Amino acid sequence: MVKQIHLAAHFPGVNNTTIWSDPRSGSQIDFASFAHLARTAERAKFDFFFLAEGLRLRELKGRIHDLDVLGRPESLTVLAALAAVTTHLGLAATVNSTFNEPYEVARRLATLDHLSGGRAAWNVVTSWDAFTGENFRRGGYLAESDRYTRAKEFLATARELWDSWAPDAVAADPETGNFIRPGGIDEFHHEGRHFDIRGRFDVPRGPQGHPVIIQAGDSDEGREFAASSADVIFSRHSTLDSGRAFYQDVKRRLARYGRQADDLKILPAVTYVLGDTDAEAAENAAEIRRGQVSPQTALAFVEAVWGRDLSAYDPDGPLPDVDPDLGEGVSRGNAQFRGDRSATVAKWRALAAEKNLSIRELVIEVTGRQTFIGTARTVADQIDTFVQSDAADGFIFVPHLTPGGLDDLVDRVVPLLQEKGVFRADYTGTTLRDHLNLEAR
Amino acid sequence: MTHLAVALDGAGRHPAAWRAHGSRPRELFTAGYWTELVLEAERGLLDFVTFEDGLSLQSSWPDGFDGRLDQVRGRLDAVLLAARVAPLTSAIGLVPGTDTRHAEPFHVAIGIASLDHVSRGRAGWRPAVPVRQDEGGHFGRRDDPLVESRLNAEAADFVEVVRRLWDSWEDDAEIRDVATGRFVDRHKLHYIDFEGEWFSVRGPSITPRSPQGQPLVAVSARDVPSYALAGHAADVAFVTPHTRDHAADLVDQVTATADGSGRDVQVFADLVVFLDERPGAAAERKVRLDAWDGGALVSDAYVFTGTPAELADLIEDWRPAGLTGFRLHAGVLPHDLWGITRGLVPELQARGEFRHRYDTADLRGRLGLPRPASRYAISP
Repeated sequence: MVKQIHLAAHFPGVNNTTIWSDPRSGSQIDFASFAHLARTAERAKFDFFFLAEGLRLRELKGRIHDLDVLGRPESLTVLAALAAVTTHLGLAATVNSTFNEPYEVARRLATLDHLSGGRAAWNVVTSWDAFTGENFRRGGYLAESDRYTRAKEFLATARELWDSWAPDAVAADPETGNFIRPGGIDEFHHEGRHFDIRGRFDVPRGPQGHPVIIQAGDSDEGREFAASSADVIFSRHSTLDSGRAFYQDVKRRLARYGRQADDLKILPAVTYVLGDTDAEAAENAAEIRRGQVSPQTALAFVEAVWGRDLSAYDPDGPLPDVDPDLGEGVSRGNAQFRGDRSATVAKWRALAAEKNLSIRELVIEVTGRQTFIGTARTVADQIDTFVQSDAADGFIFVPHLTPGGLDDLVDRVVPLLQEKGVFRADYTGTTLRDHLNLEAR
Repeated sequence: MTHLAVALDGAGRHPAAWRAHGSRPRELFTAGYWTELVLEAERGLLDFVTFEDGLSLQSSWPDGFDGRLDQVRGRLDAVLLAARVAPLTSAIGLVPGTDTRHAEPFHVAIGIASLDHVSRGRAGWRPAVPVRQDEGGHFGRRDDPLVESRLNAEAADFVEVVRRLWDSWEDDAEIRDVATGRFVDRHKLHYIDFEGEWFSVRGPSITPRSPQGQPLVAVSARDVPSYALAGHAADVAFVTPHTRDHAADLVDQVTATADGSGRDVQVFADLVVFLDERPGAAAERKVRLDAWDGGALVSDAYVFTGTPAELADLIEDWRPAGLTGFRLHAGVLPHDLWGITRGLVPELQARGEFRHRYDTADLRGRLGLPRPASRYAISP
């Protein structure tokens, strides 16, 4: 049977994927930019619109990293406003489970679900570090090993709060004089390792029951968490082979929790570039990568991996011959530099030697190659192939331009998918759970 | 000229409001209900609306849930409600309340700044000092007893952190300088390095400075500790006078606490209003509501029943006591909101006491407040 594709739009983020130097690049903070991208996604009948979260500006070498787009609004506030200018599009907010409390997050998500008529989604993320904690009263950061135990308990607690109101609790019946049906609101009492709370929740159950839950973790624990509790995985596996391996691995885990393969949608984050010919698209793609990696950005990448100041080096010259400093590093608030840096150094050196690459050419080579490159037809076929061969259930598209970065995808590629009969021509339901073909909870 | 705001909460200020004729109790949790109310307030040219909030189920008791199911229970997050109506309105100010004891100053600061962005300069914020001990049980971290002076001191720190975060990006921090590859000038982003008894916050904010720079801060001043909070931290104070002389006294008490920072606090009187054109009808209506609820409406604010013209008389009488304006709590929604927008407003306009059009698009400007430079900006 032909699988139906799910599509989502990611607002351009605070990293070098987003090109701010292009003359077409608009405001990253004006509501008009958010409204444009959301309306574009809704025009194309996308499943949802996605906002990431930031809780601390990133730093390099002890100073605020000033080369990438910086600054963004609070996700839920913007999504509530977007609910006023869209009618069907799902609205997904990234909200951290370390620097928040279940009562407050549960009431804000339930509120968004009410105010959007059942279109809310929550991407549960688990940043845990002390660097971010400096902005919060609980200062409360976690041991890395505890971030998933807290996230799991956080989500389970939020579900208890949402479930504490019966779906028909609001009677508003002037005849009986009951605003709330007797028995309509239960007391909650959660006692666990991370939370010990009791009382009564103060927001009625939302139209979806529970908002759609998204999870992005890639570790074994993250995958297990998603298999047990999430409706959607925001995955990083955007090549056919790694996508299929990831897909198979995660879907296999579902049975353990009594869930079906269809209960969890796997949506890798992807980028794309179009051209009138495949060759032109390839040229466009190379041009975009150069825009994403300015000489200064290239040097900043190498500094983050080397863990030291390299400002004396020429970005158009060879990689530094000095050894990396493998201490605590110079990059803060950026998850991509938390891995094994000495292995990265070795890999980059080998690649630069083999292809005779400058610092900037190397960084362009190793970061951010676009997922789908080609004519609209080529890209539509690739998207469909990925989904039909079980490398994904659909995609979250990350444009490189604000706010028009998905215009050509929507105008040129989506109609081809609709023609193939693999993507909806119109919405058939009203809630995000309807669009994702998920059971109500 | 007087300023007028309206407080929106549930089906109206009266606990039995949801049972009244014309009430829409089944729609209290829908966007459409709130949008219509705020659009009506905007048609009436009101300065701003406030949205009540709390972190517990409503109760007639101060220390926990009272078990009553015959009154409105449940509410939506006020900041999100304000954001939801922002794109559908163009001039009216939007002032949600948030808790100051359990919430994070960082989250609140970026939420209100974002509301200011999505409303293009119409955001305000009411830091709400909690009164319910049982809310601590919803968070499991704070079970120290509620002591008014300490709560207000914590709220003052909370407001200070929020205000610093709003200033932590200078207006022209974004430079997009292609030659040097820099998106921002990092010298125009500032750590706030707040350290206090209850929390420390490093900064800077993640949200660029908003259209108003400093959204309007409004505080309910109900007792001596909160007068000081209003005087030190707020642009607007809501007080609850019961007579003209009482109003003058409260204005003195609140303004006496101003700390000489140059910020003058403007005082609004809270009134609960039941309005009908026919003399006596509003009082009869309130009696009926009281009977449904099993007792007279309990309110710290003065409860007015009468005609729009009589309310206009009261406003003309009290305002010279030093009041900037009035925040009116509609007894029943939408009935008493209509009484304000379609009765009171034309009456005040005819008397030359209220505007005929909105002259500014931003909320601060409407109250005569300038747009402040960031406290961190170095004067040229």
